Amino acid sequence: MNGAFLIFMLPAVFILISILIAVFRFISGPTIPDRAVALDTVNTLVVAGMILLGAAFEESIYIDVAIIYALLSYVTTLYIAKHLTEDKEVDE
Amino acid sequence: MTILIVIVVIFLVIGVAFNTLGSIGLIRFPDVYTRLHAATKCTTFGTIFISLAVIIFGFYFWRVSGEAKYLVLVLHTIIALACLIITNPTGAHAIARAAYRSGVKPKHAVVDDLKEAEIE
Repeated sequence: MNGAFLIFMLPAVFILISILIAVFRFISGPTIPDRAVALDTVNTLVVAGMILLGAAFEESIYIDVAIIYALLSYVTTLYIAKHLTEDKEVDE
Repeated sequence: MTILIVIVVIFLVIGVAFNTLGSIGLIRFPDVYTRLHAATKCTTFGTIFISLAVIIFGFYFWRVSGEAKYLVLVLHTIIALACLIITNPTGAHAIARAAYRSGVKPKHAVVDDLKEAEIE
């Protein structure tokens, strides 16, 4: 366990705590857009955590996972937004 | 070496602080739009600084040791950062637009320009 590992592993633990706080909002959010915001935040934080883990273990495969996760979470967010808009227009 | 570690630690502290503040804002703020304001901007800014710390770290170790895996780490982190910078504000804009269209109104709003624009 060298110094660089600890330098990048401690922020990853704090990112994990932030993810848990955002998951609390995801569970308790009063409206559906609240949950969408919480999901978007969790996705961004997971990308940050993946980059930190990639630097800690010095493996670039973690960063590849982060790239694909960022793009897929973008598609997910856009699809949820489109679904929210369409749902209301059908009701009217 | 020492100045490099100081710079990397400062960037990591800035990034982690902004990410944590974004999560706390997600809990503390009263309605969707203020939560979006806190969460999206803070986490994007924090993740940019975390990525910059990783880029500086990998670039330095590539120059010192000459191993190709550090250069691969740096290039892939730059690609991930570019993806994040492009996609994150766009997704936040889409969520805000969908929240307004689905009928969630701002809680303590005094002026609602979008409503007035739709009436006219």
